[in-house]
Amino acid sequence: MSGWEAVIGIETHVELSTHSKMFCSCAVDVAGPPNSACCPVCLALPGALPVPNEKAIEGIIKIGLALECTINESSLFYRKNYFYPDLPKNYQISQYTFPVCEGGKLDIDVDGTTMTVGITRVHMEEDTGKSTHIGGGGGRIHDADHTLLDFNRAGVPLVEIVTEPDIRSAAEARAYGAEIQRIVFALGVSDAKLEAGSMRFDVNVSVRPVGDEVLGTRTETKNVNSLRAVQRAIEYEIDRQINVLETGGKVIQETRHWNEDTGVTISMRIKEESEDYRYFQDPDLLPLETSAEWREEIRRGLPELPAARRARFIDAGTDAVTAGLLVDDSDLSTLFEDAVASGASGRAVGIWLTGEVVAYSRRTGTPIPDTSLTAPHLGELTGMVDEGKLSFSAAKEVLIAVMDGEGTPGDVAEAKDLFQVSDSGAIESAVESVLAENPDAVNKIRSGETKPLGFLVGQVMRQMGGRADPKVVHSLLRKRTGA
Amino acid sequence: MDESSTRVGTIAAMPVDIDIAKVARLARLALSDEELEMYGAQLGDILEHAERVQALPTEGVAPTSHPLPMVNAFREDVARESLEPASFLSEAPDVKDGQFRVPRILG
Amino acid sequence: MGDLADLTILDAGDGLRAGDFSSADLLEAVTRRAAVTEAHLHAYLTLDHEGAAQAAEAADASFAKGEDRGLLQGIPIALKDNMCTRGIETTASSRILDGWKPPYDATVVTRLREAGAVITGKTNLDEFAMGSSTENSAYGPTRNPWNTDKVPGGSSGGSAVTTAVGSAFGSLGSDTGGSVRQPAALTGVVGMKPTYGIVSRYGLIAFASSLDQIGPFSRSVADSVAMLDVISGFDPRDATSINAPVPNFGGSLDRGVAGLKIGVVTEFMGEGIDPHVITATRAMADRLAGAGAEVVEATLPSVEYALSAYYLIAPAECSSNLARFDGIRFGHRTQVEGTTEEMMAHTRAEGFGPEVIRRILLGTYALSAGYYDAFYGQAQKVRTLVRNDFTAAYGHVDVLISPTTPTTAFSVGEKAADPIAMYYSDLCTIPSNLAGDPAISVPIGLDDAGLPVGFQVMAPSLGEEVMYQVAAEVERLAGFTERALLATSTVVAP
Ligand SMILES: [Mg+2]
Ligand SMILES: [Zn+2]
Repeated sequence: MSGWEAVIGIETHVELSTHSKMFCSCAVDVAGPPNSACCPVCLALPGALPVPNEKAIEGIIKIGLALECTINESSLFYRKNYFYPDLPKNYQISQYTFPVCEGGKLDIDVDGTTMTVGITRVHMEEDTGKSTHIGGGGGRIHDADHTLLDFNRAGVPLVEIVTEPDIRSAAEARAYGAEIQRIVFALGVSDAKLEAGSMRFDVNVSVRPVGDEVLGTRTETKNVNSLRAVQRAIEYEIDRQINVLETGGKVIQETRHWNEDTGVTISMRIKEESEDYRYFQDPDLLPLETSAEWREEIRRGLPELPAARRARFIDAGTDAVTAGLLVDDSDLSTLFEDAVASGASGRAVGIWLTGEVVAYSRRTGTPIPDTSLTAPHLGELTGMVDEGKLSFSAAKEVLIAVMDGEGTPGDVAEAKDLFQVSDSGAIESAVESVLAENPDAVNKIRSGETKPLGFLVGQVMRQMGGRADPKVVHSLLRKRTGA
Repeated sequence: MDESSTRVGTIAAMPVDIDIAKVARLARLALSDEELEMYGAQLGDILEHAERVQALPTEGVAPTSHPLPMVNAFREDVARESLEPASFLSEAPDVKDGQFRVPRILG
Repeated sequence: MGDLADLTILDAGDGLRAGDFSSADLLEAVTRRAAVTEAHLHAYLTLDHEGAAQAAEAADASFAKGEDRGLLQGIPIALKDNMCTRGIETTASSRILDGWKPPYDATVVTRLREAGAVITGKTNLDEFAMGSSTENSAYGPTRNPWNTDKVPGGSSGGSAVTTAVGSAFGSLGSDTGGSVRQPAALTGVVGMKPTYGIVSRYGLIAFASSLDQIGPFSRSVADSVAMLDVISGFDPRDATSINAPVPNFGGSLDRGVAGLKIGVVTEFMGEGIDPHVITATRAMADRLAGAGAEVVEATLPSVEYALSAYYLIAPAECSSNLARFDGIRFGHRTQVEGTTEEMMAHTRAEGFGPEVIRRILLGTYALSAGYYDAFYGQAQKVRTLVRNDFTAAYGHVDVLISPTTPTTAFSVGEKAADPIAMYYSDLCTIPSNLAGDPAISVPIGLDDAGLPVGFQVMAPSLGEEVMYQVAAEVERLAGFTERALLATSTVVAP
């Protein structure tokens, strides 16, 4: 893409994990049997009226505060009018002028450099129902012969986060998406599960010659439902648009659809006329006013955000990558915090947690909280390694046994006889015996070859059952062979 | 009662330009050409009349969306029982496997 | 008198409590009355004989046990067919809802049931409450009992007529631009639109959400108070419902008007109003002055734009409110084969009548890109000016009075082909809807053609008590009793 610059903006839809829907008392239960969580309001039966869920309003204010937005003192619900079968009222209650939150920013880390993405607005709306396309070739809308509608999801509170066009690459977009996911999860307002659709992205992409001020024509790509898809869809769209422009074509302003299987974006429809949503203030709903006291109360209740937590973990001794990995996993974070709080080395605990502990969990399919590992175990283990009581490989064996539930690190090391032997007499006698058994190797070393030295170290370690300090073995062997 | 006596303060109004077919598409109404013509003409009449609202100076006047100055009606986040699906599915034109069925969607 | 069906709610309640007759007797009386009048008038769309009989039986059982849930216990009441009744067909007089049985009750229906009222059935209306004559019904028009060549007004024409002829003791209508007060005036009964937000709209099939308000029809002002007492009050299911205790609506009914300052709305006493109506209104104003009120001229300079603003705001809201009628979850679906998009468009074009289509188109246009500011946006500003006019007027008067309608009942078909002429029927009633204020129409006499004339009393928001105080004095001064004669002699075969 040399000579071209991409300009990217992202709209993120986040389903809030409230107990009840946005405007009615139906349970948020999208997994239940079809249409089992529906009432006159979310089915848009004649006569039904919406009443907003206070908890959802708190949720969006939390998101707005986390993104350093201004929380408007007064905000309004609007109707976005368009006909679609999964939208029961054939309008979506959303916001237009005066959304709940405006004008924030988010710092993200991309390959070690920090950049800022401007947040235009964060507004409250409601989700649509779910369509299942039947017939034709495999669930796609275009060759289906009919569609079934389930309105369990209709009316689930949805927060839309809109960025400024500040993003310049697919990697930045992905990093932004990941950070938003961390934030809403940390706030406890959403389960933020991309695979379950509780977070979805629409990406707006345009390209322009480097140095141009004027924006190119943009496309909006929908159905981008994973962080990997954000990256791939944007890469594809940038390439496609550059190609169009370089071959003398024009980019058309349109909505496109990301196809995960084929890895391409396709035009959703060529509209004969642009959408006209006929936004107007919803007369069924009152203005939403947030008092300074209410905003302050919510602010005080905010949990620590991922960025602050990462900074704290780095202060505790981890590197940035490890801190990121820890913060992204609440189980690891908790173990890390508790171990460090009890005096363990942050650097060492971070390495063990993101290395062997994660590997064990993946290998055995056991979630970390289901293992027997505790923060005191981690403190004890790293302490023993630091003091030279355990070799790194012995410590790994101890950790696995601890996670399997065989006891504390001390008990396990004792039982398995894994403590390092610091008694130089025992090592010396093992060295003597190995030297006697391998005269050829000794001769080679004496004639100047260094390679057999490693072999001899290995032999001594084997005789010692791995419990000797390899540094001590190495130095004794050198001394005795004159290497 | 004749027109001049019923129409209080009618002012001469500009003819209104309406793309009635587009309006009907937006409103999802499948109207015939004759119907479009009829409604188009009637809308023109009504809108010429409605244009009178533009004669009133409203600089600095705030719009009224709500008759009463109330704010903040909320509901507690408590999930209550939903409707028995049979109670509304029985009223739907086409249902299959507990879901509402519609024909092919253009998208 | 002689027939139970002609009693007021309060008199019927006295009889019930005295054991003179039962709720079942009252139900039988109105049912018998309906059996005669319906063939001429077509006020009802659905009579729920079974449900009503059960409710009457339950009410009688309550009386027998000494349980008294208030003035509506055991009283047969009719409902406009745009209020949802669980399991009972609710159509809003539209083909698109033909046969629809809601799975839930509107809040007003729940309130009536809890008060022990007997719901007789569902009454005819202009489709989706859009109209002023009850001619725009998919099930045929309702006729005026005073002269069956005349319309009963609308959109709540069916409800007005049931109360006028005694096929119910009272009834509920909905008033978006005058749809209770205007038919009340044209049929000679009391019709009242409450302060916006006093009566829950939950379960009322929406026409224009910021204007709609349910209100009672009755044969007396005191009955109106009794009905409003039951149906009003905060409803957590309606975000626009006022979360405060309701005022004492009937507290000043007997107080007279001495010491009150009453403003006659200048703009509704001249051009565009039938001279006979003006004369009758002026005469009543004079009598109020005679009864001790200070009657002055009051002016609402912006009201001449109110009608135009209304006919932008109401269609805009309705175009969105009626989008849900799409042939998917309830109601009519077209037989035309095609895509879902085509199915929706044909369903809607087949299911909605011409007036509804006209208003949906108008509202869609008024909200669309490029026209919003000039039409809808400007109309909302005019609405502010109308409200300001009322606020200014109430700075120096307690209530405002005017004719309810520019004319008495007009002929069936007379305005059917001219939407704008029809819209003028609501000239005097619309401003109160725009302002959200309460207003009532009280019958004050008959014109030369023997048709009732309605007199409107308007009050500031939550000013129902003073509104009813003046209305009660108007009722006393008018001494209008012809209604009962009509029901027994003119329409009802001897
Ligand atoms: Mg959105
Ligand atoms: Zn619901």
